[in-house]
Amino acid sequence: MGHVAFQLSAGAAVRVQEIWHSVCTTADTTARTLDAMLARIATFAIDGIDPRHVWVEVDIRSGLPAFTIVGLGDAAVRESRDRVRSAIANSGFEFPQTRITANLAPAFLRKVGPGFDAALALAVLAASGQVPAEALDAYAVFGELSLSGDLRDSPGALAVAEGARRAGLERLIVPRQRAREAALVEGLEIAGVSTLRAAAEVLAGGPPPPLPAPQTGPGVNAPVQEPDLADVRGHAAPLLALEIAAAGAHNLLFEGAPGTGKTMLARRIPSILPAMSRAEAIEVTRIHSIAGLHASGLVQARPFRAPHHTISPSGLVGGGAPPRPGEATLANHGVLFLDELAEFQRSTLDALRQPLEDGCVTIVRGQRALVFPTRFMLVAATNPCPCGFAGVGDRCRCGEADLRRHSRRLSGPLLDRMDLLINVERPTEPELRAPPQTSSALARGRVAHARERQRFRLAGSAARCNGEMDARLVRRHVQLEEAADRALARAYAVGALSARGRHRVMRVAQTIADLAGHDRVTHADLLTALSLRQRGDADATLAA
Amino acid sequence: MNDRACDACVARSWLVARLAGHLEKARSRIDQVLALGVEDLIVAVGGRETARLRAEFETLDPDGLRSRSGTAGLETICVCDPAYPAGLRALAAPPAVLHVAGGAVDLLGGESVAIVGSRRASPYGLDVARSLGRGLAISGITVVSGMALGIDSAAHAGALEAGGPTVAVLPGSADQPYPPGKRALYRRIATSGAVVSELGPGADVWRWMFPARNRIIAALAALTVVVEASERSGALVTARLARGIGRPVGAVPGRVTTPQATGPNCLLAGGACVVRGPQDILDHLFGVGERTVRASRRQPPSELQPLLTAIAEGYETAAALARAGFEPENGLAALAALELDGFVRRGTGGRYRVAP
Repeated sequence: MGHVAFQLSAGAAVRVQEIWHSVCTTADTTARTLDAMLARIATFAIDGIDPRHVWVEVDIRSGLPAFTIVGLGDAAVRESRDRVRSAIANSGFEFPQTRITANLAPAFLRKVGPGFDAALALAVLAASGQVPAEALDAYAVFGELSLSGDLRDSPGALAVAEGARRAGLERLIVPRQRAREAALVEGLEIAGVSTLRAAAEVLAGGPPPPLPAPQTGPGVNAPVQEPDLADVRGHAAPLLALEIAAAGAHNLLFEGAPGTGKTMLARRIPSILPAMSRAEAIEVTRIHSIAGLHASGLVQARPFRAPHHTISPSGLVGGGAPPRPGEATLANHGVLFLDELAEFQRSTLDALRQPLEDGCVTIVRGQRALVFPTRFMLVAATNPCPCGFAGVGDRCRCGEADLRRHSRRLSGPLLDRMDLLINVERPTEPELRAPPQTSSALARGRVAHARERQRFRLAGSAARCNGEMDARLVRRHVQLEEAADRALARAYAVGALSARGRHRVMRVAQTIADLAGHDRVTHADLLTALSLRQRGDADATLAA
Repeated sequence: MNDRACDACVARSWLVARLAGHLEKARSRIDQVLALGVEDLIVAVGGRETARLRAEFETLDPDGLRSRSGTAGLETICVCDPAYPAGLRALAAPPAVLHVAGGAVDLLGGESVAIVGSRRASPYGLDVARSLGRGLAISGITVVSGMALGIDSAAHAGALEAGGPTVAVLPGSADQPYPPGKRALYRRIATSGAVVSELGPGADVWRWMFPARNRIIAALAALTVVVEASERSGALVTARLARGIGRPVGAVPGRVTTPQATGPNCLLAGGACVVRGPQDILDHLFGVGERTVRASRRQPPSELQPLLTAIAEGYETAAALARAGFEPENGLAALAALELDGFVRRGTGGRYRVAP
């Protein structure tokens, strides 16, 4: 046994000596670049929805061929070694047969995903003298590599570009598909490349390739047919209510039997909301890009998110490890639609409290807290009773106990934030044959006009529109005509309104007045708002 | 605190509660079984426990039982007492002791009408029950019902709205609400009226107690009105029991296609008196025109009258009204105006109903 072992170890020693010898003989050639054996390049890690500056440092020194990556990377970062090795070899470069150590600094930040590939590969090339190392200082690089050396589409380019500008870098290399998106950040020279070799050429001083032409056509960024109010037949009262909701950014609840068109109406809300400002559009693009949701360029349409009712609390408001934005954040500046509200888990709906209240959600995981923006319009839909046919002829078979259970499932903090209750009913046959009553363009014009009045009135306050007014702003800004004031007092006195419901009605009445161009809320404005109020704690039949 | 029930009656009342589980198997003949004497009752349903029950009954402490009722805030009145409600004596098996929460024992002897009906009532049925309760209370008649979900509760609520007294007869003990969800209504009834049961404090609820409770409702009331009831509803049991002791029965006519209207419509076919409103009840009890409901029917402003008429004709939702020519731009405001003044009510699904 001992004899065999000796033979084996002797053989291994010979092999090692051979390798060592070959290393020593090539040492002369590498000695030229000994000073440049350290290279570093900037890239960015996505932390929640924010870019974090990360230095990729590569150190090459003589030793047994090895490639280690340190700096708290996940499995995808560890696997990066093999991708980088093959990509370099397949791009016509030489992968250095020495000891390579790569570090992703700062070391305390957890790094996730394959987006560091390109930076690692270019740093290796720079450290081994295959691209000029001094060129790296002005650049940030970002993207995943394929084994063939292609730069693959990677999520989060806009966030990386914002990070690069903030870090004072001048140039950014991104996958070609993401070039237009990254170019949304001004003051940054973007090189959209499709291979590692092209990236190396840019670093070597070659001209950056021109931005790709904007992608148009079906299925890319502008869907062929945006849902439009012109598609709606009948639904006269819901259409009016929809316009009011959009004009004041009021959260709203649809109530109606299955199949009456609640979802169809909700999908059309983004089409009548005013267009996003550039800052809003960039924020939406950044978040959607990180979530891997959109093709390229700037997102123009307001988001519409409709998560299924089985969604978990962290799926809705964000969470997980590492924390990712939830549906509430993906709906930022747009519409979050919760169909079958009564079917959602109670804990899921409760999780929406802070996002609704503050316009952002704080996710704490471990020692870190991330803040995701959640300024969305909440639109929910529900059946009026468990069977869904309350009041439809004699079809409803729900007893008082069923109705109570149903309303208990719906009640709570969420309903408190709903300014409008819209009842949706099946249109009749003649209505379905009638021409459309309005179009999104017309409604959008009226909405924009009403928003303009609100912006003027609320200038300098925390709210931008009536739906965001708190009780203090309602008291200060909502001016009622005398008759309207009397009607409100009466509604409160007969118990048709709770104290909070009173504020809701005033907010909505103000929006109706803004749409009509009234300086003060008229009697009719207030009554219309009352007819759209939530069924609060005042339904005496069920309260008995 | 009134605890004038005599020892024999208190013991009998204890026995019925003690036999609750055994009586379950005699559910279909509960009124006959409850009419048995103490010894017969023990033998009839006691089964293997007969000897032990007999021993327990012999060593009973009536004072202890009375003080338990007192602690639970219940007054007791027994069948031997001249103040015992005369109506109940018509029963084959009058409850030995009435346990009353709220203390208005004398209320039980006054003029009263029972309003009963389905738990699964339609909004229309609830509205009618409520307005009957209100109209009777205004006219000084006590409304008796069972505090169940649906029609019963609406009738109580209507009476309370008008500030009138109302009596709830519970299947279980009177010191706690049944159904438990009706806590608020229970408190309001106990404050201004009376909550009654034949069982002492702490009794569990068994199925036989519902028909047993219904016989008390039927016997307390001079007239029993069924508002809505499907074919299998307990309200029809109450109506049958009322007939059995020679009390008149009234019914509110309903649409022939509505399942909840089957019960009252059948009663009407069998000769029950038609109840279209509280006035019909008064006419039946005291003779036509003897007493009238004090009610001033207000008129809506003339510009809202067409809308009110349209709602009454069945254009109940904003969408239906838009079809009838009331554009939402003005129609919604008009609806709110009618609602504020109490002419219409907004129900589930945004349906408006004319308030009765």
